[in-house]
Amino acid sequence: MKAIVLMKQTPDTAQLSASMDGLKLMAEGGPRIVNPWDEYAIETGLALAEDHGGEAVLLTMGKPESTEAIKTGLAMGCKGATLLTDDAFENSDSLATARILTAAIRQQGDYDIILAGKSAIDGDTAQTAVQVAALLGIPYLGYVAKIEAVDFDAKTITVVRAIDSGRETVTSSLPAVVSVLKEIGEPRYPSFMGIRKAAKAKIPEMGLADLGLSADEVGAAGSNVQWTQVTLPPAQETQLELIEGEPEEAAKILVQKLLAEKVI
Amino acid sequence: MDFSLTEEHKMLQKAARDFAAERVRPLIRAYDPLHKFPRELLPEMAEMGLLGVCLPEKYGGAGFDYISLGIVSEAMEWADASVRETIAVHTALNSLGIFQWGTETQKQKYLVPQAKGEKIACFGLTEPGAGSDVAALSTRAKKVGDTYLLTGEKMWITLADIADHFLIFAKTDPEKRHRGISAFIVERDFPGIQTGTIEGKMGVWTSNTGWVRMDNCEVPAENMLGEPGEGFKIAMSCLDNARYTVAAGATGIMRACLEASVAYAHQRETFGKPIAQHQLVQQLIANISQRLDIGTLLWQRVGWMKNMGIRNTRETSLAKMYCTEAAFASASDAVQVHGAYGYSSEYDVERHLRNSKAAVIYEGTTQIHQLLQAQYALGFKVDKPLRRELPPYTE
Repeated sequence: MKAIVLMKQTPDTAQLSASMDGLKLMAEGGPRIVNPWDEYAIETGLALAEDHGGEAVLLTMGKPESTEAIKTGLAMGCKGATLLTDDAFENSDSLATARILTAAIRQQGDYDIILAGKSAIDGDTAQTAVQVAALLGIPYLGYVAKIEAVDFDAKTITVVRAIDSGRETVTSSLPAVVSVLKEIGEPRYPSFMGIRKAAKAKIPEMGLADLGLSADEVGAAGSNVQWTQVTLPPAQETQLELIEGEPEEAAKILVQKLLAEKVI
Repeated sequence: MDFSLTEEHKMLQKAARDFAAERVRPLIRAYDPLHKFPRELLPEMAEMGLLGVCLPEKYGGAGFDYISLGIVSEAMEWADASVRETIAVHTALNSLGIFQWGTETQKQKYLVPQAKGEKIACFGLTEPGAGSDVAALSTRAKKVGDTYLLTGEKMWITLADIADHFLIFAKTDPEKRHRGISAFIVERDFPGIQTGTIEGKMGVWTSNTGWVRMDNCEVPAENMLGEPGEGFKIAMSCLDNARYTVAAGATGIMRACLEASVAYAHQRETFGKPIAQHQLVQQLIANISQRLDIGTLLWQRVGWMKNMGIRNTRETSLAKMYCTEAAFASASDAVQVHGAYGYSSEYDVERHLRNSKAAVIYEGTTQIHQLLQAQYALGFKVDKPLRRELPPYTE
């Protein structure tokens, strides 16, 4: 079994200061981490490899400093990684990014499943994985909360998807692109042995020419969507009210207040 | 001279600090009021490689250097002293002792499962009547055939009720005072050993502290660590390793106190402005910050010396003395910054203050270390090479 995990390095939104300009923040702001949703995809890949034999490998498009996030994925247990990096890739929208990832996936040889987080915490478009599936012409299973069953020999997978009105169980052929939710399983901590190996690892890089793409398919030239402005949500005025008294009484007062505010 | 951490160190630091923040601290906050040992952390620490961080891969360790032992000690004590104590006792006092002094057979039998965290180990030197005065210990080991019979009581033993393996110091030749002490690897299953928990400690409530009683406990002669009469030197070299983790750990308390004080000083307002704007509060924060940097430099120097295979008894003693006193003072300053809230268990600084008092007492009181420093300075004490030195770090 081979799982390809699409992983992105993103700003650590927990560390960002509210005073930063949004666009600048997305490009260069603050400490950078593995996109937290992608950690669940890595965990899924590693768990599948443990249960069925095989390996999970990482595929990342980004700046050269993305190696830091890649090494975290390697330390968690991924067996290999490729960084797709080129000045021409700058300002790619999700479709251009999907073209780059798809070109790289086609060079990866046989694979059984492609995994991704449900979205990235910076762009938050949740489009890239769908577009990769479309470009590859394989099924896309989005917002997966649980893998019910998987048979890599028969090339089928049954998953539980979260949908607006509840849950649905879907069976699909493999290979497929699967984007996962938090419920899929808590990501493991990197092992110390894994850290030692990852710290020394040289991450292979591929650029425009290696992928056989032309400059007008990627970057701003290959993108339909441009980000003109990114702003932080306006700060909300909040008021704190402490309800004193015994828990039973306090709960009654709380319920009355919530009803009055039409919250419940 | 290069003060920077390597990429490997930084990744390790991040992983250990993430684990401390996400996993350890929430558990400690819940367990501290219950005086409960967080036993469920042990398999998780083992799986990560925390319990054998600085032991070579060939002995089941994660293969990091000695600076890394300091890094994880600092990260764990930021959450709570008790988790760092587990590393101090299991990894430094016991496992590094076997790594330094053990035969290959002893290493395969005891060190490998300990480095992997499959077995937990502790250290039995202190007795009800012998703490700093090690030569006064009264546990006896009598040789009968191929077996030593150990009789005596050990006190204030961290992990006493948890450990599978004990490193016990006993007199094989009482006439010779400290030169008559030998070291033994004792298994919990050996006949004649009993353990119990000590209640009523001022702090470190989530640590297991207890007593070990031996009544003609049967220990195979092959379980003697080092040679007969070498126990005192072994104990002192084990303490060099553990004191290093105590020093590094103490800077974790200081970092926790600094972070908490800075956050609180920005948030709490008096006289119409955040208390961070008041100069006397700034002074408290400057004190903690200064001690944190000095302490970090002191333990990292020791880590480097250990990597290089340079004897570091004096430097370790200095780091332990300074860092633990500095952590106690910093925790006290942090409580002061927090005012009445700092005096309440609602804030971590209250726990850090109680915990930090223990470390100025154990592993050599501040007064013992002051005497040592004076003896080195006056030329009364000069370290002689040991028969077996702690192996320097090799990749």
